[in-house]
Amino acid sequence: MVADQSTPTKAPILEVRDLTVEFFVEGEWFPAAVDMHYDVHAGEVLAIVGESGSGKTQSSMSLIGLLPQNGRATGSAKLAGRELVGLSHKQLSSVRGKEVAVIFQEPMTALNPVYTIGFQIIETLRVHFDMGPRAARERAIELLRLVDIPEPTRSVDKYPHQLSGGQRQRAMIAQALACDPKLLIADEPTTALDVTVQAEILKLLRDLRSRIDSGIILITHDMGVVADLSDRVLVMQNGHVVERGTAEEIFYRPQHPYTLQLLQAVPHLGRADEAGVLQDAPMEGPEGTGATAGTPAATTSPVEIPTTPLPEGVPALEAVDMVLEYPGRGRVPAFRAVDEISFTIGKGEVVGLVGESGSGKTTVGRAVVGLLPVTGGSLTVAGTEMKGIGAKALRDVRRDVSIVFQDPGSSLNPRLPIGESIGEPLKLRKLLKGAALDRRVEELLDQVHLSRTMRNRYPHELSGGQRQRVGIARALALSPKLLVADEPTSALDVSVQAKVLDLFQELQREYGFACLFISHDLAVVEILSRRIAVMHKGRIAEQGPRDQILRAPTDDYTRRLLAAVPVPDPNEQRLRREERDRLLEQELVRQGVHSATGEAGATAAGSSVRS
Amino acid sequence: MTTPVPQTPDTTVHHDPVQNTENAIELKEVEGLSQGRIVLRRFVRHRGAMVASFALLGIIVLVTTSIGWGPVPGWWQWGPNQLTPVVNPGGSPTMGMQDGGFQIGPHPFGQDNIGQDVFARVMRGTQISLMVMVVIGLVATSIGILMGAAAGFLRGRVDNILMRFTDMVITIPVIVIGAILGARFGQATPVVLAVALALVTWTSMARLVRGEFLSLREREFVDAARVAGASNVRIMFKHMLPNAVGVIIVNTTLLMASAILLETALSYLGFGIRFPNVSLGTLISEYQTAFNTRPWLFWWPGLFIVAIALCVNFIGDGLRDAFDPRQRRIPSQRKMNSAQRKAKA
Repeated sequence: MVADQSTPTKAPILEVRDLTVEFFVEGEWFPAAVDMHYDVHAGEVLAIVGESGSGKTQSSMSLIGLLPQNGRATGSAKLAGRELVGLSHKQLSSVRGKEVAVIFQEPMTALNPVYTIGFQIIETLRVHFDMGPRAARERAIELLRLVDIPEPTRSVDKYPHQLSGGQRQRAMIAQALACDPKLLIADEPTTALDVTVQAEILKLLRDLRSRIDSGIILITHDMGVVADLSDRVLVMQNGHVVERGTAEEIFYRPQHPYTLQLLQAVPHLGRADEAGVLQDAPMEGPEGTGATAGTPAATTSPVEIPTTPLPEGVPALEAVDMVLEYPGRGRVPAFRAVDEISFTIGKGEVVGLVGESGSGKTTVGRAVVGLLPVTGGSLTVAGTEMKGIGAKALRDVRRDVSIVFQDPGSSLNPRLPIGESIGEPLKLRKLLKGAALDRRVEELLDQVHLSRTMRNRYPHELSGGQRQRVGIARALALSPKLLVADEPTSALDVSVQAKVLDLFQELQREYGFACLFISHDLAVVEILSRRIAVMHKGRIAEQGPRDQILRAPTDDYTRRLLAAVPVPDPNEQRLRREERDRLLEQELVRQGVHSATGEAGATAAGSSVRS
Repeated sequence: MTTPVPQTPDTTVHHDPVQNTENAIELKEVEGLSQGRIVLRRFVRHRGAMVASFALLGIIVLVTTSIGWGPVPGWWQWGPNQLTPVVNPGGSPTMGMQDGGFQIGPHPFGQDNIGQDVFARVMRGTQISLMVMVVIGLVATSIGILMGAAAGFLRGRVDNILMRFTDMVITIPVIVIGAILGARFGQATPVVLAVALALVTWTSMARLVRGEFLSLREREFVDAARVAGASNVRIMFKHMLPNAVGVIIVNTTLLMASAILLETALSYLGFGIRFPNVSLGTLISEYQTAFNTRPWLFWWPGLFIVAIALCVNFIGDGLRDAFDPRQRRIPSQRKMNSAQRKAKA
């Protein structure tokens, strides 16, 4: 067995043996996880890594009986000697929260919005312990202090929506720690967070690990997070554990081909020029099912789409002091999402737009394709001014620009077969019809490496990666001069992301379109773009050539952003972490000074009013 | 943490039935099926809805063939307004156990005091009630869709005007406006009455469709269609409406169920269907004085009203479950066990 010889004197907290999780679908049992065995020791972080559908979440949730009704678990999982598999609901509820606690992915949905966070922590405490309300409140404040929530005595009475994303996640961690659980299951604890917030939460989890005596199971798909936090790693594929070992072993001496694939597929900040990371990672899987690998079959000549080339010297996009606002309603004032930004995209150039959620980057993308009006300044797309544009002129501009959306599940009409979705722009422009339209749709499917037989399928029959390919094919149908890609890979798994990015590069070379590539992931932007603009709070913090931004950033925010990105390499990540923590401290100190002076200013103002 | 044992890679990976897609297990359930077929399959599984569908179909076949439809004659010997000699004392039903066996007799549902055959009258009444129900359903649904879609899609001022108008229609009690319209148009054919009633019952549909459109509007595929160059009308009817069809169909069935009750109520009050037409409501109102002496005059029309309203409601329930993608069928323990045994064998 996998006995960890490092702590022979202490029995493991959790012993999992032959754990199998299955789902009943259409009259058959389908395994989601097969014959897992592992141990978790106190004070240790075990990372379970795998792509979605690999069974990493379901196998962990089965420990506390949180499977859907058509699921079941067999085998054995002993928590400090007590068997967990096959417990009744009543027995399980005494284990949940008290012995095993879970940190969920999405703090906004995992916390109940109608109760204060204090109430929710107190509830957990009083359910499991005989504790008075006052004592429980004391303990809740203590817990909030433990997870570094500012002003815990006041925050305890706040509702989830009054906290920022990072603070919410901290509150949830506090709730999870309320009963000193023996085992903490963290299910993608940082996936829904921005990189800089993620960095803070990772720091907190590291600190906690030394302060509390729990075993932690970290479920994640992000190799960077694994490198940052974990001691030992399980790699799962299709419900099977394909490799296990210490973090060092997994990262520096991976044995199984799948682990290698996974590591290679992760975009690695600072490595884009080292011999194309992507090209070396040929991925197998159903993604390319029956595709005629990129090159359109020789028998069909490509369908001509009439386009007028952009005149010399006209950039594909030019924004000068552009302002974008969401109009106010009634007494609510208009919200200025983008404030006087200027940037240019030359013909055939790929520019990366990086920022965290709320920075206004998506707003820029939507304005470029005319889904949002330009409030101030100027925005020129393919030679046409977008400010105050009329309906007819907008229609003509949209002949030259198109957009790939973030969520491939939502951006395709569920009631239309994908062939129809792809052909729609062509049909509406009356450029092609009948057989020519069919040929063009097939050609596009070939180009995004999807089988031609898929054109009659509906979006729900496709996987996420396939759907995003369809989205790209639709965006390319008119051979646009400018393509806006709004986080096209953020909803996809790493290996799928690698393939989609690869495809994207290939198509960019082929079509030569200019591209505004919007992303929160610096590593992805690094692979694709020649120039990068960093957005922060509606303004461009810094822009310039890729290497300048990534190697010699001048702006504080860019520096913090860069330091926050975890790198899938434990040793390098250790160095980065130190740098990151230093920057975080600095920032905190700066903020502390700010708020102190701010308060001083406020009191001064208050007294002047009074006098 | 020192030297843990690196495990050799598992060799069973390649026989795995689950494919390497993210949502393999979810996709198993819908493999190779279009959206419509998935809905149909879920509907067929809904036992109550299937029974109700067949029952309703049976009623429709019975009422159309028995006394015929329009000029087409049926197989029943009496007409609804035909006077016949009274067979049993008081005209009580001839159906029942007689002469040592089950007999239908010439007047299975009985006769009224002037000798009209109740079976024929109930058949005619059901025909007209069903027709009114369908017409109200279709017309009210169409108006509701148009109003709701326009309000939800265009928002702003159009939304305000349309929704305030809807509120106004809602505040007027349906039964009162129905009575006025019925008094005005009741003399005409039942179709005209049905259209008039539809003019006051579209409001709930309009509000639902508006809500649906407001949320569909925020979906990215609508933006995608707009960028592709689709016009507003095309976005509304080609892209958004098919996605709202679940809500619409379900609400239509519920609307129909309430329509048949509304028609009955109006006819009972004397504002609905008039002589020489009969509906289930007029039958009940016509015979209300004879409740103690000739109860069969009520049982049959009442039974048909209840049966139709129940059937339509059940079908609506089944459709709602079928269209709701979050509804997961929970497999029974027995089925799970049998699959387990099969797998072992």
